[in-house]
Amino acid sequence: MLVILAFCAYKASLSKKIRYVSDSKEMKKSRVTKAVKVEINNNNAWWWLTNTRISAPFICVSLFAILVRIAVSLHPYSGAGDPPKYGDFEAQRHWMEITTNLPVNEWYQNTTRNDLGYWGLDYPPLTAYQSYVHGLVLRFFHPESVSLYNSRGHESYFGKLLMRWTVLSSDVLIFFPAVLWLIIAFADQSKGHKRLTVGAIAAVLCDKDLVASFLFSLALNHKQMSAYYAPAFFSYLLGKCLKRQNPLLEVSKLGMIVIGTFALVWWPYLQSRDAVLEVLSRLAPFERGLYEDYVANFWCTTSVLIKWKRLFTTQSLKLLCLFMTVCSCLPSMFLQIRAPSPRAFLYGLLNSAFSFYLFSFQVHEKSILLPLLPASILAIEEPFVYQWFTQFALLSMFPLLCRDKLLLPYIALYGIFIFIYYAPNGKPDTPKPRFWSGVTFFVVFLLFLSFVLHIIYLTVDPPKKYPFLFEAIIMLFCFSQFILVVVYTNWKQWILSRKSPVGSEKKRA
Amino acid sequence: MKNINQEKAQKLTEKHTQLPNSHSHVIKDLVWFSLVATFFKLLLIPAYHSTDFEVHRNWLALTHTLPLSQWYTDETSPWTLDYPPFFAYFERFLALFASLVDPTITDLYNGLNYKAPSVIIFQRLSVIASDTILIYSVYKLTKNMELKKRFLIWILVVWSPALFIVDHVHFQYNGFLLGILLISLGALQKGNDLIGGFVFAVLLCFKHLFAVAGPVYFVYLFRHYCRGGILRGFGKLVTMGTVVVGVFMAAYGPFAYHGQIQEVLRRMFPFGRGLCHAYWAPNFWVFYILSDKVLASVLSKIGFHIQPPTASFTGGLVGDSSPFAILPTITPSVTFAIVLLAISPCLVKAWRNPDPKMIVRQVAYAYTCGFLFGWHVHEKASLHFLIPLAVIAVESIEDARHYFILSIVSVYSLFPLLYEAQEYPMKVTLLLLHVALMWFGFSESGSISKNGGLVNRWIEKMYLVGFVVVEAWGQFLHPLVFGDRLPFLPLMMISFYCALGMMYSWIWQLRCIIRSP
Repeated sequence: MLVILAFCAYKASLSKKIRYVSDSKEMKKSRVTKAVKVEINNNNAWWWLTNTRISAPFICVSLFAILVRIAVSLHPYSGAGDPPKYGDFEAQRHWMEITTNLPVNEWYQNTTRNDLGYWGLDYPPLTAYQSYVHGLVLRFFHPESVSLYNSRGHESYFGKLLMRWTVLSSDVLIFFPAVLWLIIAFADQSKGHKRLTVGAIAAVLCDKDLVASFLFSLALNHKQMSAYYAPAFFSYLLGKCLKRQNPLLEVSKLGMIVIGTFALVWWPYLQSRDAVLEVLSRLAPFERGLYEDYVANFWCTTSVLIKWKRLFTTQSLKLLCLFMTVCSCLPSMFLQIRAPSPRAFLYGLLNSAFSFYLFSFQVHEKSILLPLLPASILAIEEPFVYQWFTQFALLSMFPLLCRDKLLLPYIALYGIFIFIYYAPNGKPDTPKPRFWSGVTFFVVFLLFLSFVLHIIYLTVDPPKKYPFLFEAIIMLFCFSQFILVVVYTNWKQWILSRKSPVGSEKKRA
Repeated sequence: MKNINQEKAQKLTEKHTQLPNSHSHVIKDLVWFSLVATFFKLLLIPAYHSTDFEVHRNWLALTHTLPLSQWYTDETSPWTLDYPPFFAYFERFLALFASLVDPTITDLYNGLNYKAPSVIIFQRLSVIASDTILIYSVYKLTKNMELKKRFLIWILVVWSPALFIVDHVHFQYNGFLLGILLISLGALQKGNDLIGGFVFAVLLCFKHLFAVAGPVYFVYLFRHYCRGGILRGFGKLVTMGTVVVGVFMAAYGPFAYHGQIQEVLRRMFPFGRGLCHAYWAPNFWVFYILSDKVLASVLSKIGFHIQPPTASFTGGLVGDSSPFAILPTITPSVTFAIVLLAISPCLVKAWRNPDPKMIVRQVAYAYTCGFLFGWHVHEKASLHFLIPLAVIAVESIEDARHYFILSIVSVYSLFPLLYEAQEYPMKVTLLLLHVALMWFGFSESGSISKNGGLVNRWIEKMYLVGFVVVEAWGQFLHPLVFGDRLPFLPLMMISFYCALGMMYSWIWQLRCIIRSP
């Protein structure tokens, strides 16, 4: 699992994802349960965590989260011992090798020294810089692991360890403070500070729009997948600007910030047009096809019935994807522009990330992590949806993780997730509510189904004729649940904007 | 969705109205605690494991393949069976499943140093499964306690970093043995002396190192159980004697039948080993050895001719030759006498006033004495009193303060067990998390914050800060200053520094026992 390893600050690698998932959820979760419990009774079991101070829960939860990450990092990483190309681990390591040994303008160039065919850099410059910094660390402690040419497929006890630690340190340095900031923002909010907030990808909520756009631009420069959130950011900030006295000025201020940030990050490549184009072409890997494997999105799922790849050319598919993606996030964007509110913004994030996941081009299983992040922030409001969504997000990555031999951490993290979710409060439980009421029955039934799917996937050999039968079933199953969640959150966002006392609507009326 | 929310709300309101006399919610909560721990333990499966792993694998193989009469004579592997018979039976029982999972595990010859995933997963899972006994014992002890204390104890015992490190990384079966001890103590606390004595006898047949508390048990049971006049007392003595002898018969009887008793005992008490382990456990003998060295160097500076010792303490196992230059040699019987002497105040107390409320303290104190003054003590033995003391740590502010320090000392002294780089961040984070949980848990319960905080004396604060210094020295400064020279110095510093804390804990416990009514 690589999780940890591979990609440093943002959740690129799968297992990390999982882990990431589980602990951000933990955070949220424990906060949620805590908050709820405090209200309910003062004599509760987590009295010492729910106390007014934020430090106790944050320290304990983040230490636990770190611990879980460390424990997960003991497991194999993606592509371990699997020559010739290995996996994401090798990709990250190779980037460090390239960035520390070659001048910056060669990073994205196919040269004799830099074979882009072998895990060439295909993330934006910020990731490259990060690899560079990590590469320096590795070179200091363990030069063999990043030496040019010779280190391909380098696998060693110490090398693995250092790679894992780079991921861990980026998490601790960037992700955790971001979460802390987020929590504080929430606390303020509940105290009645109206002024709110916006987040940049790293889960940053703050009340400075400019800071937000700066951070978001950085995030976008870190990983192009952050574009999943772009519609939400764009429409929220735009909506807010429009309500101010001088919309044009506000918009242009934001625009300047974004352009400035991009310029800063892309500085080494701005010397020539070719350099920029080279980098850009690396970032948009359209040659890979509409989808890979069995990702639970719209294209892959419907391809069971409609052979998209045969019906359309790649070019028209791209346009179709774009069209569908935009359409699907339009309602959410529209609501945001009309009546921006921080709460609805979170739903907007979720919805836009989802529409990208479901409808965009070349989506990977692990991209489900992107919608999962805003979902975990929403866990306080929508615990059930969050938990439900997480379970199926995990299920959708299950085949992938099995391939990476991560079954054991999968089980363990799944378990930890579920149990954190159902943290006890030390009070006698109620007699069971009427068990067979409609929704409960449905829920239990689906859970049972997903359990059976896990078992079948592990134990039964698929029929020869359809070797990927079970992957396809899992995909269908997850897709149906994702659609439900999307519909629900879109509806919820709509409700919120109806109810929100924010002015624009009323004024117009 | 709404339905569910409503149901939740309903549930919550009902929670208030329910009478607290059923234990089902306690079980549910405890199950939650233990399952979280279990899933975390699953994550630890691929971690480093010590040679103890191969030791236990070999025991699986030899109990499975050989007839009972050869269990204690087999020498196929250097890791011979040296635990009492019940533990051998336990391995025999596990081997039943092991041979189903993968026959190579229980193969006496082909299984040597077997490292396949099957054996690793099987053995790790067997430890995790055996922890159920610990969980059960904690349940018995805490089910009638108030909520906050209960949760704190669970955190201290079920999520104990010491147990994670020793059992689930280093590899041993301490969890369930300590569970048996706690069951016995729980029975004594409730006044079920016969059961308590019986369970303790069983424990002794699992691991004889627990016998250090034997005298305390004996005195306590003799005075507390065998009361009520000479005749009745004698009757009870006979009952207890029968039970204990019965347990020992069950354990050793088969070996006596095969004429193996001598072999069994020889394996169980290998006094050929030295006073200290290669890594010195943080006990009294650290001071003794160090003062010997200091004396020797001082005297030789002054001009005395000092014969350098023939054996070294840092070189691993020590034979019969004296490792001391000045101070008298220590023999097993000397350590035995000192341990008994150290326990004696507690025996006197137990004799005068056998009090069920004090029994946990007294037993823990006995193990502390055994740890501090015993022969060839291993640092893992600090678990024997760390875990029982967790049960009383919630009783008062003073207890909490003492436990806070003791627990840090004890867990830190286990660090050298996991010496590989891979586990380094884990052990540190485990300790930090434990400290954070204890800190917030203790501070928020009761009136600690009003009484000067959890660590209220400046010397204690300095001592705790010192851990950071010791660790920083061992990890960063020592390699910078000395390079590869003096590789034992950081370990010695850890032993010495932790030994200070252990001595403090011993004195504190002793004071506590002497002051008790």
